[in-house]
Amino acid sequence: MNAANTATATATADDHGHDHDDHKPGFFARWFMSTNHKDIGTLYIIFSIIAGLIGGLFSMYMRLELQEPGVQFMTMEDGSPDGHLWNVIITAHGLIMVFFVVMPGLIGGFGNWFVPLMIGAPDMAFPRLNNISFWLIVPAFLLLLGSAVVGGGAGTGWTIYPPLSSTGYGHDAIAVDMAIFALHLAGASSILGAANFITTIFNMRAPGMTLHKMPLFVWAMLVTAFLLVLAVPVLGGAITMLLTDRNFGTDFFDYAGGGDPLLFQHLFWFFGHPEVYIMILPAFGIISQIVSTFSKKAIFGYLGMAYAMVAIGFVGFVVWAHHMYTVGMDVNVRAYFTAATLIIAVPTGIKIFSWIATMWGGSIEFKTPMLWAIGFIFLFTVGGVTGVVLANAGMDVALHDTYYVVAHFHYVLSLGAVFALFAGFYYWIGKMSGRQYPEWMGCVHFWMTFIGVNTVFFPQHFLGLAGMPRRYIDYPDAYEGWNMVSSYGAYLTGAATVFFVFVVFYTLFFGRRVEANYWNAQPQSLTLEWTVSSPPPFHQFDIQPAVK
Amino acid sequence: MGLSIRIKTKKTMKTLKNFGYLLAALVTVWAMPATAQAPQPWQLNLQEAATPMAKRMGDFHDMLLWIIAAIALFVLVLLVWVVIRYNSKVNPEPSQFTHNVLIEVLWTVIPVAILVVIAIPSFQLLYYQDRIEEPDMTLKVTGRQWYWDYEYPDHEGIAFSSYALAEDEIDPAKNQIRLLSTDNVVVLPVDTNIQILMTGGDVIHSWTVPAFGVKIDAIPGRLNETWVRIEKPGTYYGQCSEICGKDHAFMPIEVRAVTKEEFEQWLVTAKEEFASIDAGFQPIRTAFLQE
Repeated sequence: MNAANTATATATADDHGHDHDDHKPGFFARWFMSTNHKDIGTLYIIFSIIAGLIGGLFSMYMRLELQEPGVQFMTMEDGSPDGHLWNVIITAHGLIMVFFVVMPGLIGGFGNWFVPLMIGAPDMAFPRLNNISFWLIVPAFLLLLGSAVVGGGAGTGWTIYPPLSSTGYGHDAIAVDMAIFALHLAGASSILGAANFITTIFNMRAPGMTLHKMPLFVWAMLVTAFLLVLAVPVLGGAITMLLTDRNFGTDFFDYAGGGDPLLFQHLFWFFGHPEVYIMILPAFGIISQIVSTFSKKAIFGYLGMAYAMVAIGFVGFVVWAHHMYTVGMDVNVRAYFTAATLIIAVPTGIKIFSWIATMWGGSIEFKTPMLWAIGFIFLFTVGGVTGVVLANAGMDVALHDTYYVVAHFHYVLSLGAVFALFAGFYYWIGKMSGRQYPEWMGCVHFWMTFIGVNTVFFPQHFLGLAGMPRRYIDYPDAYEGWNMVSSYGAYLTGAATVFFVFVVFYTLFFGRRVEANYWNAQPQSLTLEWTVSSPPPFHQFDIQPAVK
Repeated sequence: MGLSIRIKTKKTMKTLKNFGYLLAALVTVWAMPATAQAPQPWQLNLQEAATPMAKRMGDFHDMLLWIIAAIALFVLVLLVWVVIRYNSKVNPEPSQFTHNVLIEVLWTVIPVAILVVIAIPSFQLLYYQDRIEEPDMTLKVTGRQWYWDYEYPDHEGIAFSSYALAEDEIDPAKNQIRLLSTDNVVVLPVDTNIQILMTGGDVIHSWTVPAFGVKIDAIPGRLNETWVRIEKPGTYYGQCSEICGKDHAFMPIEVRAVTKEEFEQWLVTAKEEFASIDAGFQPIRTAFLQE
């Protein structure tokens, strides 16, 4: 029924790819002019890790400042709080993590590497477009870092709501314009990449691999690509209007000229809500592959899993205003968005229970990727159920813009999408590099991170319920206790991340060399990447694989 | 050796002390005195409700908490069971089922039923919250970088601005709280249906008082509306809840709820105290326009 059955037909496909000429170009041509999906995937993953470390440093700085009441670190020269610096840090942290860590890692990195391999394609449909996609995101990142330092920095929050992000209220300098250009470039990169994925998946599947036999990771990337193509242009439009408001005298978002600040919020969240599914659907795909492999079972309810993602994608486009319950929308509108948002819990529940049913009756090996996957399932559930609380417009009034929301979205992103990034890394690093990480190191990294991030974010639910607003450089003394706990958790997470960097280098230089199917994936869960050598030959599938 | 023991004891003491704080906090949260409406150390749940709206929100949240805790625990139990029962040592031969129509229907239908159970009180709360038809009085609030303007249009236009007290102005003897107390406190009568109108003077702010169950954005060019009916006299605090620039964390809200008689008395003094306020406002506003 599903992709798993592909195994039998493809054993011959590629094990001797390196026997004939591999056409591997020289260093510069290979890494700077690459059109090879695996090399571009590698570049994306390296980029994502570097951006992640920078975004993580911002988090450490934030938690350091919040550890105690009062402003100790982010001060002006006279010792008074530098609230703008704080705002710049949170803005950069948010934009970096969303656009330059999670998206490049999951989509550009693992998507590029494994979509062609899993569908039996020699490469992406448009290799040179693929190259442009990557090389647009590098200047985008530089612009974004620039937006944090030039002209005082952009301290608008990642949501860049006008009028704060417009001119006249502290953001007259070029910083916000640089952030807008950063998002333009990152957006263009995403749209081009998405067009590439859609074309590749629709046109380049190996004979016999029907849509209903594709591995779930490929399904996830297909849905994600559609969300990107439909959502990102809306962000592009919104920030372009903001740009002309700022520089060319238009009044799209200025009420004094007949515009409306809320128009920006609607446009932003029409992009912004699908964006959170853009970040989590690839994660769903990775978790599905890992759970199936290590349980030695085919995915339970494969079609339900695939179409649950399609459903989440669809519904994800009609719930955006649940980010705006306090802006003064009509009560009936809020009622609609409450109902629509609650509905998302159903397909999400189907996914959670199907993963558990896949494990049920299995013969599970608890290798590091599986630890991350199980961690993901539980923590995503925790983040999901707080989402059900927030979905209620009436309840959200108490929780909107508090640390409860911060806890919620970090549970689904930091402990969801990022757990999937790590899960995918440990699952595929042997395939990508040909070398395997030491198992104990992976376990240590997992447990440090698991304890660390839960210590960071679980207490934030309490802070939010007690009323602590987010995006605050300083808080009333009553919030000290849980903030202190949260900060200690951050330091443990930081230590875990440093350890991860060590694991990466150790693996790449000293890791044990591995064969093609090093996880011993069984026929019922075998996807095509396990039929080629580790690392795969520069050009895989000299003989086109056939799928039964 | 002796040193290390002493350090350990010290640490244990500290842990015990912290634990004691936690216990004390738990007790405080559950049995908070009537006048303490500020957040408490180690608080775990919503602030105590002072309006029927906040009370209903608290009840709804209690219900939600049972449901979501049950769901999360259920998933956890399933995962633990799978880990214990189906690890490769205990279960070397994996079974190969991939479908079970009954269970798939169940895990679709039961969540839908749970959502219906949630949605009904959710809508009731939402529509109850929305607005008050015939308010007894109106308070108009304007959010500004970085203070609040308050106007009492029903009371001969009493109007004043309210800024955070600086750290050295805080007087603990007056029960003033760092980052929550303001120079001019909003005074409102209890047991009165008060309509609150909200707008923004520059960027978007959000007026929030957790104990009232109120949070409404102050958006330039728009007039938003909410309402309160405060049931207990006391002082209530809130903070701006929409990022609004560098002093976002330093524009708190302080509301003193008093009896109707006290409110009438306050009106008399307030009219005098804030009489010249319009003159006082102007330069500030102009300063912003020029900026």
